[in-house]
Amino acid sequence: MRKIFEGSAHLIRLAVVAVLLVLAFLAIRHALIPQDFGKYGHYRPGSLDEIAARTPVFAGREACASCHVDIATAKSKGPHADVGCEACHGPLGRHAQDFTSQKPVLPDTAKLCVTCHEADSAKPKTFPQVVSREHAGDTACGVCHNPHQPRI
Amino acid sequence: MDLSRRELLAAAGRFIVLSGAALEAFESPTGALAADSKYKMADHWWAMTIDIEKCIGSGNCVRACALENEVPEGFFRTWVERYEVNGEDREHPQVESPEGGIHGFPARNKPGVKSFFVPKLCNQCAHSPCVQVCPVGATYVSPDGVVLVDQQYCVGCGYCVQACPYGCRYLHPTKHVADKCTLCYHRITKGLTTACCEACPTGARRLADLKNPKDPVHEFLRVNAVQVLKPEMATGAKVFYKDLDGSVR
Amino acid sequence: MHAIPSGVQGFMYPNEVQLTWSVLIVLYPFITGLVAGAFILASLARVFHIVAVQPIYRLSLLTALAFLLVAPLPLQLHLGHPERSFEMYMTPHKTSAMAMFGFVYLWYLLVVLLLEIWLDYRRDIVLLARSRTGVMKWIYSALTLGSRNIDAKSLHVDDRVGWTVTLIGIPSAFLLHGYVGFIFGSIKANPWWSTPLMPVVFIFSAMVSGIAVVLLVYETVTYVRKRPIDMACLDTVAKYLLYIFLVDFSLEMLDLIHRMYEASESFRTLDFMVHTQLYVSQILLQIILGTLVPVSLLALVQVVKLRAILRRRIYALAAALTLIGIFAMRWNVVIGGQLFSKSFLGYTTYKMAFAAREGLLPAIALLILPFLFLWVLLKLLPPWAEQKAG
Repeated sequence: MRKIFEGSAHLIRLAVVAVLLVLAFLAIRHALIPQDFGKYGHYRPGSLDEIAARTPVFAGREACASCHVDIATAKSKGPHADVGCEACHGPLGRHAQDFTSQKPVLPDTAKLCVTCHEADSAKPKTFPQVVSREHAGDTACGVCHNPHQPRI
Repeated sequence: MDLSRRELLAAAGRFIVLSGAALEAFESPTGALAADSKYKMADHWWAMTIDIEKCIGSGNCVRACALENEVPEGFFRTWVERYEVNGEDREHPQVESPEGGIHGFPARNKPGVKSFFVPKLCNQCAHSPCVQVCPVGATYVSPDGVVLVDQQYCVGCGYCVQACPYGCRYLHPTKHVADKCTLCYHRITKGLTTACCEACPTGARRLADLKNPKDPVHEFLRVNAVQVLKPEMATGAKVFYKDLDGSVR
Repeated sequence: MHAIPSGVQGFMYPNEVQLTWSVLIVLYPFITGLVAGAFILASLARVFHIVAVQPIYRLSLLTALAFLLVAPLPLQLHLGHPERSFEMYMTPHKTSAMAMFGFVYLWYLLVVLLLEIWLDYRRDIVLLARSRTGVMKWIYSALTLGSRNIDAKSLHVDDRVGWTVTLIGIPSAFLLHGYVGFIFGSIKANPWWSTPLMPVVFIFSAMVSGIAVVLLVYETVTYVRKRPIDMACLDTVAKYLLYIFLVDFSLEMLDLIHRMYEASESFRTLDFMVHTQLYVSQILLQIILGTLVPVSLLALVQVVKLRAILRRRIYALAAALTLIGIFAMRWNVVIGGQLFSKSFLGYTTYKMAFAAREGLLPAIALLILPFLFLWVLLKLLPPWAEQKAG
């Protein structure tokens, strides 16, 4: 037995150090990895909570309808029934939480409506669209059309 | 608008009752997945349906997503493409997406050419190639089917960006981590729909829950000719398109 | 801001316009390739007993070490959060080829390269620790790692163990560089990268570049030291360079011809790109200047009898061109793979920064740094027979 190790002392020492380093690495690793890592898969489950904890910026049309009942009712009877309030009015999450904290800005119908309704051959044929210049010249859409009940 | 006193009191009463509900939706100090929350991941398997026949290229979805998620300028968690397909040449469609369609599209009148809009976003792949390549476990498929990025853990190597066949990922220019559509996870876990679906004026985009037997997605998948992007990649994509032309890449 | 994205032709998915992987990611496979190639040259001497190559055995090992020390640096500069890079050791994702980097690198550095160098130099280190004075004495004493025993038995053990380490080192070198090829080759989303040939092509081009760099270093160092060069050694090294280059070139042409023949959708995009965006780097630099010219030069030497001085000049030129060609190959893979859209409908351009974190300046610095390390290593552990102490 001795014969094999004769002259190998320096290598055996190295091997021992290597084993110790590996053990140290494993210990450090165990300490540093988040405890529940791997619970649902190869990731940190805390991330799910972190991502879900964001505060929504858009309120959602149900939140709007809960206060603005008459507008919601009127809209529901016309072609804009399925258009969300914030689709035109922009994100109003803070307003829905506390209506004094955010004052909604009324969109300018001269610019807003054409985003959807300007005639374009890529839009479905059944979708109501006009060449705005021919249809209304320079007049803003809101002059003739009520955005919540746009059908004249 | 003139409200009578009665109407005002009724409105105030409704406000008080319902703002409580609204507050509950918005304030989640420990996150939607806290032990006491009503949201159970195991009850959901999220997907989305997109009806090409309804998309009008308004760009509402792109704008809403950017506002909802603080998407950095020049990068897109969702975007809309405009296709023009000329006759029998199926392999060279003319495609454009000016700034992702965030300001809509310049109006075109080309009656003889087949043209349409294609909204795109992360396909929330069930067999996600981006998750497969992440070296540290910073991106993953959640138990409810959403592909998410742990931005506290991501090292910013960019491998996932390269692995995504759909181009829906990017490295955040200031946070220096991978970023992408989260299917508005912070909204859907609170019973809201995604920002893009909320803003879509025609209902072309709809959030879907494949585990909910009452969800319209089941009818959608049964009745329509349904496509996913790049089916040959076998990614298990869960964004289902209706009436998507074969020339769409 | 309504500007059309500059540098885009046709259609790119909006997030594809800016490249994710920069010149630093071109550097990384280039550097590990040099490491693997230099090591293979060393193994030719140690394991395959090619006696003619023996004079550059130690030089190859030190060259490999110099480049290996620099290898992680381009990656660290690229990472969005380099301070989190230890996570690859903590929670390596078993499905990700990139996750093995940390372990393969440490294995290769510690168990293969450093161990082999130490074992081969141990006698010299002990003798230098005895004979030197001052700071150098402390350094060499530290390098002995506490063992001063250099009797015949221990040296024999060193030799046997060293041989085993070199043997293990060969597949380790292939793994060190081959996994990088797999990182690209396994991405189904990218048709320029996705091929089973990618790890193989990477390994062979690594061997070519590694041999070329050792050849150049050998010629340069002997010139600087004003010593006679071992022509038998140089001729043998050049011969191996030629043989392996022919294999490498065949593999790359096989990949290209296969693509051209099958002419699937992605090919038309790639073909167009090679003739436009990548024309200079692929056709001119990689294929013509970087492969055909050096192969022709090396083949010429095999066929025509030339004087030693001329052979040396040709070898140096061929080696330099080879290095440019292999760098161009890495460029064409990494950058080229990001220049076209995954929609196959357009292209973008790579706007390389200069003095930024991922710019040209750090890239140049990282290319120079290994030679500085090598200079230190050559001073510390001279590979020359006549400077062996005792």
